Amino acid sequence: MTVSTALEAETEDTDEQVPLLAVDNLRVSFGGREVVKGISFTARRGRCLAIVGESGSGKSVTARTLVGLTGPGSEVRSDRIELDGLDLSAPSERAWRSIRGCDIGFILQDALVSLDQLRRVGDEIAEPLRVHGWGTAASRARKAVDLLDSVGVPEPAVKARQRPYELSGGLRQRALIASAIALDPKLVVADEPTTALDVTVQAQVLDLLAEAKARGTAIIMISHDLSVVARLADEVAVMRDGEIVEHGPVHEVLRDPRHAYTRALLDAIPSEHTRGTRLVRPARGEDAPRRTRTPIDRGRPVLEAKRLSKVYRGPDKVDRTVVDDVSFQLFAGETLGIVGESGSGKTTTAGIVLSLIAPTAGEVLLHGEAWSTLPPRRRRPLRKQIGVIYQDPLSSFDPRWPVGRIVVDALAMGRRPPSSRSAARERAVRLLEQVGLGEQHLDAAPLRLSGGQQQRVAIARALAPEPEVIICDEPVSALDVSIQAQVLDLLTDLQDELGVSYLFISHDLGVIHHMSDRIVVMKDGRVVESGAADEVFHRPRHPYTQRLLTALPLLARA
Amino acid sequence: MTALSLAPAALRLRVRPATALSLLIVALLVVAVLAPGVLTSRSPNEIDLQHTLLSPSLSHPFGTDDAGRDLYTRVVYGARESFGIGLGATALAMVIAVLLGFTAGLARGIVDTVLTRILEVAFAFPVLLLALLLIAIRGPSLATEIVAVGIGSAPGYARMVRGQVLHVRQAGYIQSSVALGHTWWAVIRQHLFPNAMRPLVAMLTLAVGQSIVWASGLAFLGLGVAPPSPEWGALLDAGRVSITTSPWLEIMPGLVIVLATLALTALGRTLQHRLEGAAR
Repeated sequence: MTVSTALEAETEDTDEQVPLLAVDNLRVSFGGREVVKGISFTARRGRCLAIVGESGSGKSVTARTLVGLTGPGSEVRSDRIELDGLDLSAPSERAWRSIRGCDIGFILQDALVSLDQLRRVGDEIAEPLRVHGWGTAASRARKAVDLLDSVGVPEPAVKARQRPYELSGGLRQRALIASAIALDPKLVVADEPTTALDVTVQAQVLDLLAEAKARGTAIIMISHDLSVVARLADEVAVMRDGEIVEHGPVHEVLRDPRHAYTRALLDAIPSEHTRGTRLVRPARGEDAPRRTRTPIDRGRPVLEAKRLSKVYRGPDKVDRTVVDDVSFQLFAGETLGIVGESGSGKTTTAGIVLSLIAPTAGEVLLHGEAWSTLPPRRRRPLRKQIGVIYQDPLSSFDPRWPVGRIVVDALAMGRRPPSSRSAARERAVRLLEQVGLGEQHLDAAPLRLSGGQQQRVAIARALAPEPEVIICDEPVSALDVSIQAQVLDLLTDLQDELGVSYLFISHDLGVIHHMSDRIVVMKDGRVVESGAADEVFHRPRHPYTQRLLTALPLLARA
Repeated sequence: MTALSLAPAALRLRVRPATALSLLIVALLVVAVLAPGVLTSRSPNEIDLQHTLLSPSLSHPFGTDDAGRDLYTRVVYGARESFGIGLGATALAMVIAVLLGFTAGLARGIVDTVLTRILEVAFAFPVLLLALLLIAIRGPSLATEIVAVGIGSAPGYARMVRGQVLHVRQAGYIQSSVALGHTWWAVIRQHLFPNAMRPLVAMLTLAVGQSIVWASGLAFLGLGVAPPSPEWGALLDAGRVSITTSPWLEIMPGLVIVLATLALTALGRTLQHRLEGAAR
């Protein structure tokens, strides 16, 4: 500390030139396998460096190296890691403890697991203060409340006395940020700080980090989301397989990417510009192929929701209306997008449409005939007409079943149940090929497949009974951008080929705009706006839709 | 830690020394149950009044009792009854537990509430007391002992089964299966039952060891299988009178009970970890 304060005085007027943090030739390996392969970067005061990449790129490991939390079994080597003149290349665990929280603040992705569930939020925030010997118990408690206030937490004195699980995701993430900046660190390392958050909350958290940046804090943000990066970062480093493939000022990199990988990443982001095209381009420079859609039949709706509502009675005996008077129609070959933030009732609506949840009022019609009001016995044989894909495919597979059995089981419930084992196998292979997998996956345990492959298996299962409607509940939310692009392409290809209708639920406005013909915007269980996708996106009438759209980080596209 | 691989390399099962030792002990026990003659050439009831109360030696590794019977042979032959009681009681306990646990977990509502309350009361009731009550009514015998220990330990397992059922019925794959149009019965048979039972497989091994201890305890109190049966608890009971002069009569069967239970428990734990690891 004393060294750095002395240095600070010297470097005061040369801030722009001398980086706060300099990392040269950083290499991290686990058990001999190198995951970070000699990367170099710098962070400057009042600037934000974003490290962007997909899972397995080594970006999170890099972030953890900066706070000495790479974990057991890791080997970190570098020519230089220097924070404000302080050598960080090989500090002892003891030295790290004085650096963490004080000189470097660390923000993790999931605040619910990063905060101790059993401690009050105020104590949690005061923890770094206590560890670094700041003030007295009483003054720390006051400071904690001030910090919560400074990160825009309403009623900070009340929230400080609550425990993490009593707060919403957004508030928890803000509390975590408050704790990370408690001692006003020179550098904040944020690992996917907004990934688990809704768009509007995400915007607030980004604003908060921007404020810290304006006060002179250097920020290193790790993210997979290029549009979030565009909003906060000054510089971007794109990582792939442990290497930085492209590095430069944010607007140069995003407008005019030099590396093919960066370009592919940018192309893969779904938005209104990608509507009607595939996201994955056949080769560099070529235009994305356009879809050849089967015409939408607006005669009679395949699926119709009529004034659905669902009321749950909480443990406190208070009724909560989760879905409130929701109506919509879905036509053959069409994609209807339902967009809303967490708690808007979109997943409950999906459950009602699937008749897995009984509505309190209203009904769902299938081909104009009763569906949700049918007795279970008469509904079961009709279930083959509606398929479903969930956000987390793995949990929707029986852990004991291999891929083949999952698909064959769905085939057996379909319109044309296979007559023999060999016929079933043959059709399962054909389905797997249709979704980009193959015969070799028949005996695979879903657990061993990648996230994208798991979702493909889920799609194969949904297609197996030959349904007219597939409910897609956040089907790509857990996937990397490039995998997301492949899965979305697969879904649009299948629609063009089979004329299936999608009820597509997502919190991601870009994905919704890319996929949907018409959109329903939900908030607090109600439909606040609906209409043609372009209409809603370009001329939003409801203030909530307008707010959503302004909160949406948009890439300035060339 | 050093680890030796016993299973085919393809399974990549790494076996710790403690597990290997447990496996060996359990294997010996199984041999004793199925073919006790392999482990000893004597007969368990062979009386030899020339050599009574001999301390352990090469010809009598566990010593002899007051009738000159070889204690080692008696312990080997006793394994069948002790293990039989352990397995029988566990099987009974599991059947009761699965029936009650599934009924409570599937029915929910008032049925669940009532069953859960009853199970909680039964769970709070000491197993030994319950067993004593039963034996007092029916008189000591092998069957009574099995029933007593089985019923006594069922409530604990039933609570576990219920918890598993409640947990598994929330799973995404249950919903997916319903959404495919399977009947409730098919969903229970295909997904709910096997997945809810999965952690119980490991519990089973633990439970057998547990039941052997209970049964030995009962026999020691003179409430189990009657002498001259070489059941381990009965051996303990018989040796009690001469504990000061011939302590091996207590120590040897006691050690075997401890080793058997420890080995079963260690195996159960290993199995539990393996299955949990495989589940996710």
